[in-house]
Amino acid sequence: MTINEKIEGDKIVLVVDGKVDKLTTQQLQDAILLALQKMSQLEIDFGGVNYISSSGLRALLMGQKTAQSKQGRMYLTNVTAPVKEIFDMTKFSNFLEIQ
Amino acid sequence: MDRLSVEAKVENLYQITDYVEETLESLGVPMEHITSICIAIEEVYVNIASYAYMDETGKVDLEIDTKDSFIKIVFFDEGTPYNPLEKEDPDLDLPPEERQQGGLGIFMVKNIMDDVQYEYKDNKNVLTLIKHF
Repeated sequence: MTINEKIEGDKIVLVVDGKVDKLTTQQLQDAILLALQKMSQLEIDFGGVNYISSSGLRALLMGQKTAQSKQGRMYLTNVTAPVKEIFDMTKFSNFLEIQ
Repeated sequence: MDRLSVEAKVENLYQITDYVEETLESLGVPMEHITSICIAIEEVYVNIASYAYMDETGKVDLEIDTKDSFIKIVFFDEGTPYNPLEKEDPDLDLPPEERQQGGLGIFMVKNIMDDVQYEYKDNKNVLTLIKHF
């Protein structure tokens, strides 16, 4: 999995590519928390992710809660069909902000 | 029938998922099914690697068997007897932070696969996952 960070105006964007699994989740979680220390608006571009397991779901949730606790916002863009299917199956789609 | 044996450690995850991916690919299983099956495999494997042997270590064996219309994947471990299917499904209508800890992974396994069966046999946990095509 690779994560590229860029700043666009008043938001920070993490472009994620690869599998979000038990072994890569920590890297994603660290990147999310670091990004939210820099800016309060975080977009996670998930266009390059086809695979997410339960550990990855928990990392996204932690990111969203961290953003909310800082009166900020975390949202996902370009979510692929297989990942959307997992979000829907677990009803995380009701709680994560997905654009 | 294909069979793989690995030491039950979380860091060996890719030995398991690569093996499943390659085997299913060589059998012509469509990629979208392979991805979701690998997620189910990860959930089962990580559970075994995290809990089956407590502080000790042991083996996980994996068997893949295919027939014309279905795939059967069987996990064997010699750890503490544990039936993951007895775990109650999480209440998905609650916000995730209010849900009971645990159970999400096995819930995903049951949803992704068509049939999941557990038995304790010959001092082994045997978990069978089946997917029809």
